[in-house]
Amino acid sequence: MNNYDVIVIGAGNAGLCAAITAAESGCSVLVIESAPKGMRGGNTRHTRNLRAMHDEPTDVLTDAYTFEEYFEDLIRVTKGITNKSLAELTLKNSSELTSWLGERGVKFQPALSGTLNLGRTNAFFLGGGKALLNSLCRHAEKISVELLYDTPVKKMIFDDGFCTGVQLEKDNKIIYSKKVIATAGGFEANLSWLSEGWGDSVKNFLVRGTPYNKGVILKEILDNGAKKIGELDQCHAVAIDARAPKYDGGIASRIDGVPFSVVLNKNSERFYDEGEDFWPKRYAIWGRLVAGQPDQIAYSILDSVGVNRFMPSVFTPIVDDTIEGLAKKLDLDPVKTKKSIDEFNNACPKGDIDQKILDGKATVGLNPNKTNWSATISKAPFYGFPLRPGITFTYMGVEVNENAQVLKSDGKPFSNLYAAGEIMAGNVLGQGYLAGIGMTIGSVFGRIAGNHASKMLNKLN
Amino acid sequence: MSEDKKNSHIETQRQMQICNACRYCEGFCAVFPAMERRRMFTEGDTAYLANLCHNCGACYHACQYSPPHEFEVNVPKILAERRIDSYEQYAWPQSVAKVFQNNGMWVSILTILGLTIVIGLMLALISPDLFWGIHLGEGAFYKILPHNVMAGIPILIVSFVIISFIVSWRKFWKSIGAKWNGFKSLYDAVLATLTMRYLGGDNTGKGDGCPSTDDRASNLRKYFHHFTFYGFMLCLASTSVATIYHYVLGREAPYGYFELPVILGTVGGIILCIGTAGLWYAKKNMDKNVLSLRTMGMDYAFIFILFWVSATGLILLFLRESNLMGITLAIHLAFVYTFFLVLPFSKFVHGLYRFAALIFSATEYQKN
Repeated sequence: MNNYDVIVIGAGNAGLCAAITAAESGCSVLVIESAPKGMRGGNTRHTRNLRAMHDEPTDVLTDAYTFEEYFEDLIRVTKGITNKSLAELTLKNSSELTSWLGERGVKFQPALSGTLNLGRTNAFFLGGGKALLNSLCRHAEKISVELLYDTPVKKMIFDDGFCTGVQLEKDNKIIYSKKVIATAGGFEANLSWLSEGWGDSVKNFLVRGTPYNKGVILKEILDNGAKKIGELDQCHAVAIDARAPKYDGGIASRIDGVPFSVVLNKNSERFYDEGEDFWPKRYAIWGRLVAGQPDQIAYSILDSVGVNRFMPSVFTPIVDDTIEGLAKKLDLDPVKTKKSIDEFNNACPKGDIDQKILDGKATVGLNPNKTNWSATISKAPFYGFPLRPGITFTYMGVEVNENAQVLKSDGKPFSNLYAAGEIMAGNVLGQGYLAGIGMTIGSVFGRIAGNHASKMLNKLN
Repeated sequence: MSEDKKNSHIETQRQMQICNACRYCEGFCAVFPAMERRRMFTEGDTAYLANLCHNCGACYHACQYSPPHEFEVNVPKILAERRIDSYEQYAWPQSVAKVFQNNGMWVSILTILGLTIVIGLMLALISPDLFWGIHLGEGAFYKILPHNVMAGIPILIVSFVIISFIVSWRKFWKSIGAKWNGFKSLYDAVLATLTMRYLGGDNTGKGDGCPSTDDRASNLRKYFHHFTFYGFMLCLASTSVATIYHYVLGREAPYGYFELPVILGTVGGIILCIGTAGLWYAKKNMDKNVLSLRTMGMDYAFIFILFWVSATGLILLFLRESNLMGITLAIHLAFVYTFFLVLPFSKFVHGLYRFAALIFSATEYQKN
């Protein structure tokens, strides 16, 4: 007996795209969300835009972003670790996303506005990802999709290689369906699972993403014979303010000052070139860098000139009139810290830095050297930000085919189990990061899954 | 600032620091672009931002940090509180500014007071026979209350109001750090005011509205505000035209139903009644999460008195040829006088400060 044609697990962007697509084709659809309504939608809540191919300007994107350029960008950031045919599919389908979402109530910022200069490649949701969720949920309800909040799934029911439904945490209730679409995200909020890849150090990690991505569904599917993609220790980890909440800090917890600062570990030693490249190209390596330091903590130190060179942060920097005083407040050794800063200052080149370009103002004789924007930390007061690794999302997932069907370890698809979003993003984004592509993968594969599921059920369209 | 006023300022600072590190809401209205031009938020800054905010729910519903998130960001609510505190902070005279605290009550008391004085005056100056009599033709109203008294009282009140507004405007203008930047900014602010550009959901004035009752966009509040604003303007025009009739043409009220002052006043009055009733309805149904209870007394009192200023005017028009004209006129005048007397301490000042904030916002925008 089937209660629904389609069950979607997770009410994020991918899940809602899948649910809406299936419902529009005449399927009865139930979306099961583990979070309460106010926190629904997984990491979509924290997103802001999607990356879309377009050959000419649209109302929400400037200029052109061709398939070739997009593909090149993807190959560059992933260093080729991508399923090329799925990548092609994603990029080609990305061009119709803004209008498809727009027709379903999602609003975008007009082209040529916004803080980040991504108006050419990325379409920005007006109000961000939560606003997108509000619109898509409303639309889904309007077309009779049922949504259950605060309802964690405990188990997926498999029968002879067939996923027949799910068992809820609550009362162990079982709900059956003909097709199951898993869009429940990664496992970044499951610290014990993360520790299998990272060891003990995860206790000092902060999770920027949703606290609800515990990887229950991912584990269930993998345990039932799905083919794994990506590695356990792969995650998008940036250096964030150590004072950020343990979970769910999102975008505001980030620190943009690293390139204009000196970063010390808890022994007051520098450990990496802070000015290696522009921050957007480097911020995603700093989580891993800080994770590699003793006690997984580091301190970004600036003077009163440097502190004004980047976007303000959510936490007020710790401030003092002397380096020694600042060190004390940061719980660093004052003498060693002063020595490190002095050494750095003495190694700085003369002249002003230019933060708009890779200015080549490099230190001389340090190990490691800072290769750009090396300005002395000399104008009091001095500022410090404590840094921790902050995990945004994980890469390990399930392998899928071009119909978004989950593949078994022998490479054949489960006939009625689909995956979309973060849980399978590793198929396209094998490593690295390209702003906004997570949402693109979610929308594209969500729609593919919803479409294929309804086609297999001989629904309309 | 007093301690409790400081709280709304400090909490605004805290939330703006979070918002400034996120900025997802920058497409909604004028508040967020203005915030992005700052890193620190002084008392003037928070007052400026508060007076740019329309208290819609767009940013609240879009916010990844709104409760139950531990950051507990709720910008429309805290800006509503900062705004009402700013009204008191910049009001003049300060000693009267305290009425902002319990405004609803004060308005009622003053209305009754006004009524008593007017009726008392009339009873003293005329005989009861006149008061309950039927008066037709030119000068009918003034048989009950001499023109010099009827017009003299508001002239006194309005002079006080104008002085108060000038002092408050200057205090606010200086506090937010605004500088006069020529007519371009003024022009932009006038346009933004007349169209309520920033209560449309997307900064263009053409958006399909702001969330009001829940996360759905709606332009209802905007339309009702337009009715209120333009209805009020028509009533003001009616009074101005009537003044010209009186002094220039030497013709005394009441005027015929199809004469300009009456047409303007009737149309304006009806529109104003619809607008204020609509705003009342919209306010009652607003999402409780973004409302500040502290502002409710003031908001409702203003809508209430504005509605009855207009409604009693229309009733007077209807009853002016009956023996109830005297009492209706008394009630109408009581509402009108009260309305003007409490103007500097009522919700009316939102227009003053918002307009100043809009000029400054246009200036900042043009400079960047």
